[in-house]
Amino acid sequence: MIETRQLTKRYGGFTAVDAISFKVEPGQVLGFLGPNGAGKSTTMKMLAGFLSPTAGSATVAGFDIESQALEAKRALGYLPEGAPSYGEMNVREFLAFIADVRGLAGETRYRRSDDVIDRLHLGPVLEQPIDTLSKGFKRRVGLAGAILHDPRVLILDEPTDGLDPNQKQEVRTLINSMARDKTIIISTHLLEEVHAVCRRAIIIAAGRILADATPAELEARSRYHQAVSLTAKDVQEARAALARVPDIAAVEVDPQDNRITAFPKPGRSIFMAVSEALKAQNVNVRELALEAGRLDEVFRTITQGATGMEART
Amino acid sequence: MSGTTTIFKRELRSYFVTPVAYVFIVIFLLLSGAFTFYLGNFYERGQADLQPFFNFHPWLYLFLVPAVSMRLWAEERKSGTIELLLTLPVSMWQAVLGKFLAAWTFIAIALVLTFPIWLTVNYLGSPDNGVILASYIGSLLMAGAFLAIGSCLSAATRNQVVAFILTVVVCFVLLLAGFPMVLDFFHAFAPQGVVDAVAGLSFLTHFASITKGVIDLRDLIYFGLMILAWLYATAIVIDMKKAA
Repeated sequence: MIETRQLTKRYGGFTAVDAISFKVEPGQVLGFLGPNGAGKSTTMKMLAGFLSPTAGSATVAGFDIESQALEAKRALGYLPEGAPSYGEMNVREFLAFIADVRGLAGETRYRRSDDVIDRLHLGPVLEQPIDTLSKGFKRRVGLAGAILHDPRVLILDEPTDGLDPNQKQEVRTLINSMARDKTIIISTHLLEEVHAVCRRAIIIAAGRILADATPAELEARSRYHQAVSLTAKDVQEARAALARVPDIAAVEVDPQDNRITAFPKPGRSIFMAVSEALKAQNVNVRELALEAGRLDEVFRTITQGATGMEART
Repeated sequence: MSGTTTIFKRELRSYFVTPVAYVFIVIFLLLSGAFTFYLGNFYERGQADLQPFFNFHPWLYLFLVPAVSMRLWAEERKSGTIELLLTLPVSMWQAVLGKFLAAWTFIAIALVLTFPIWLTVNYLGSPDNGVILASYIGSLLMAGAFLAIGSCLSAATRNQVVAFILTVVVCFVLLLAGFPMVLDFFHAFAPQGVVDAVAGLSFLTHFASITKGVIDLRDLIYFGLMILAWLYATAIVIDMKKAA
């Protein structure tokens, strides 16, 4: 479990993290979203015990990050941004070093090492110096180090940054497979990742929490939530048909691919009405889809609103 | 203490997987030999002792020890591994001490490899081996003090060249603290008490008294305190600089 209470970090006059409070339970994967410089990494660094908070407090697995720092660090696996590791060591030596520091010994040590090497497919590069590895492998070595001691709490700062789509998928599968009994926080820029792995998302900008909800709830805030999009042979004809549906608030046509999007009035559902109106008017529709809502649009609306506020004060 | 040992082992090994270790040891041995025989007139003096050998150690260390210490923390900060290291379940002290001891052991290895000169002097005559042992201990202690200074200044920057130059300057001032060059500077504005205190900090004075064969408790305490104080400062600097 991770809990923060009014966690704050100030650098001189600049407030990087501003009284953030949240709680993550085991079995939950929390996604930290926010523009660059929003305070995501600073929050994670404080939770990992690298930076000390200016004010407020936090616990990791029940241990206070300041007064019980060593216990908290023992319970925690942390992947810093950029997954730094000692370049001159080879992968086997690096994992052995982490195992030594973590006090893994005997049978557990072998079992855990084999497990992470297997899960992250590090077998072929075990004897290679980390400096000579590709970005994807380096990231996986860092991840292997973070989960080697099978921590109860896992904090991963941009775990899939710089990976190719296949590797991203593998890392997400890995996170999902560990999600059941662990408390996990990941930070990411990729909104599709929130869908793929997170049960809950917190949007941070300018050091403050602006939204804390499930990905589905966030999508429901989108203008596109419950909107209907379609492509038709004759755009004018389709627009005419849509004009007959009373619950439609607005219709937009994408100038590039002529995709038509109809937005419902608040709280209304228009999919059935739209499809019936199109059928009644015999409009030649190539594709008709119900939109779930767009996270990127919600993200932009929420975070830009916040920075606009900052600019004014 | 297992955290210290683990970090110590990792660090020490890292010296030997890169060319740093071999370059350092070769240069150290070549220079200490050259200084002893050419500048120190080892043969011409006609005395069976290692005075000319040890006399040059402070000056060798002045440039070689900062070359070892400059990477201690600057490299960790630059590559970001400091964040990895300090979020592992080890205390700040274990990390500072482990790294320092590894660097010190490395220099001790280089120092031990100068044994042929000890064999030579024993072959040529019958030197006082007690004095030689004391001198080796003094030399090692001085190297430790240089290293602790280097460790602190390496923590203050992520640029290794800056760390190197700062360390050379600070070590140079401390080496010559007992000499007019430094004391005159302090005379200009500081009271006599301060000037005496600065003079008492001189590396050379303390080292010279050990190389005479007398291991005085005060000299041991001096080097011990010097090392601890600079290591303590290292921990403080790391803590301060982490945020940046």
